[in-house]
Amino acid sequence: MSLLTLSNIAHLYFSKNTYTKALDQISFQVKKGEFISLLGPSGCGKSTILSIIAGLIQPTSGEVLVNEASTNTSNQLTGYMLQQDYLFPWKTVLDNILLGPQIRKQQNASMRERANQLLEEVGLPNVADLYPHSLSGGMRQRAALVRTLITEPEILLLDEPFSALDYQTKLKLEDLVFKMLRTYHKTAILVTHDIGEAISMSDRIIVMRANPGTIAKIFDVPIEIRNEIPFLVRRHQKYDLLFDKIWNELNQQEAKSAPE
Amino acid sequence: MKNSSDYQLFSAYQKQLKTEKKIVLIWQCLLLIGFFSLWELSSRLYWIDPLLFSSPSRIINLVLERFANGTMWTHLQITMFETILGFIIGTLLGIVLAIMLWASERFSNIMDPYLVIMNAMPKVALGPIFIVALGPGYISIIAMGAIISIIITTLVVYSAFREIDPNYRKVLLSFGATKWQCFHKAVFPASLPVMISTLKVNVGLSWVGVIVGEFLVSKQGLGYLIVYGFQVFDFTLVMASLLLIAIIAAVMYKLVEQLEKWLIRHRIDS
Ligand SMILES: Nc1ncnc2c1ncn2[C@@H]1O[C@H](COP(=O)(O)OP(=O)(O)O)[C@@H](O)[C@H]1O
Ligand SMILES: [Mg+2]
Repeated sequence: MSLLTLSNIAHLYFSKNTYTKALDQISFQVKKGEFISLLGPSGCGKSTILSIIAGLIQPTSGEVLVNEASTNTSNQLTGYMLQQDYLFPWKTVLDNILLGPQIRKQQNASMRERANQLLEEVGLPNVADLYPHSLSGGMRQRAALVRTLITEPEILLLDEPFSALDYQTKLKLEDLVFKMLRTYHKTAILVTHDIGEAISMSDRIIVMRANPGTIAKIFDVPIEIRNEIPFLVRRHQKYDLLFDKIWNELNQQEAKSAPE
Repeated sequence: MKNSSDYQLFSAYQKQLKTEKKIVLIWQCLLLIGFFSLWELSSRLYWIDPLLFSSPSRIINLVLERFANGTMWTHLQITMFETILGFIIGTLLGIVLAIMLWASERFSNIMDPYLVIMNAMPKVALGPIFIVALGPGYISIIAMGAIISIIITTLVVYSAFREIDPNYRKVLLSFGATKWQCFHKAVFPASLPVMISTLKVNVGLSWVGVIVGEFLVSKQGLGYLIVYGFQVFDFTLVMASLLLIAIIAAVMYKLVEQLEKWLIRHRIDS
């Protein structure tokens, strides 16, 4: 039984003078504990898929099923992490982290304790009372991870969370996020345009093409590297093989979509 | 060794800053003293007509005398009362209207042309209508002090509401926040600096509304004293009122500036 099912999703964006078909015929399933990557060029509808799963927008047609039951409201099972941290600059790190519980009216002393504990786990002890501007990009993104995790989401939606970071920080954060999600047995959907990141973190990679956004091909990551931490995956020989396959797939699409 | 020479350079720089500050201050004092001395002198030597332009000593004497016999204090109080109230009401109503526009896109679209017209309108021209509607008293004057800043506050604050990065809302919505929660957690606190900056503008605008209002109602207040002095050809009284207005307006502006600093330090949020 799958935790999450997208069934024949299509989505149109309307504006005053035109409309965009952002998604068409998107169907896939995610099992509990699975790590899926959505890979594709910018504008192929990856963020739109995440917004639909989170219940932030209603798809024009199609259905999202959670535990085989259809949902169309804001999804309490999901946690969203954006490309930038979007920590509120006027709140301390701790208050930022407690935003979710506060909105859901679950704020209490044990939440505070939990926040501090999670901060420690991501390597950020002693920052709870600081304001975000005094943290580095990587630290802020880790704080944003804690903010997402504290509401105990079943499914994490990660929208290019590492793309605004420098390379070294990005590699470290990939490892950290990977370990945290394994520790807490979370299901995750990662949006990225970085092939290496997709291979090193996920169990399955959904390659998309644009105009309209559809699924081009789904790649299974070889079992040998699935459970390896991302940094080590990048040095594995299977990594290179898969990288080439995905590279070719993306190139083919580009050739197809090039103007005739 | 190297460090100590760096430090010397730095202290030299600091000294230079201090000297510059002193020079500016000295010039400011010289200008003030020079202006008033020249005025006094030209008035005494009849270079200018003392009946029209009065003189600093006469003005000071008049102010002291009127404060001593109590014929200045009430006017001063009433003008300050009207200005402060007009300022507060104008700012608050402006913000409330901006919140309403934000709350309903449709309302905002409906109001759009009216806001443009009301903003372009010279508000003090509405004075006679207020006096007819609200009576020739301080209520009309307060209304004028308020109306002059409402629309501009609304427009500035509303555009600040709209400019906040939608991703902050996305974060809140992903936790299931309601529209009102989004407003009070993200939109409002993010726009606070803009709202605070309108305060300084509004306090100046309220003075305009109130003084014009007092010109029209012509019963009490510093604006009334100006009109009265003009009518009875007592220009010392006109100048004395102007002097008081200048001083109080500057003090109010400084107070609002302090309030601004305080608000920025203690950002309202929960
Ligand atoms: N709010 C919106 N209004 C109109 N068009 C949009 C909106 N959001 C996204 N789009 C369009 O939909 C397409 C997919 O966008 P998006 O899901 O953000 O892609 P990705 O995340 O893969 O870069 C793009 O062509 C984009 O211009
Ligand atoms: Mg995107």
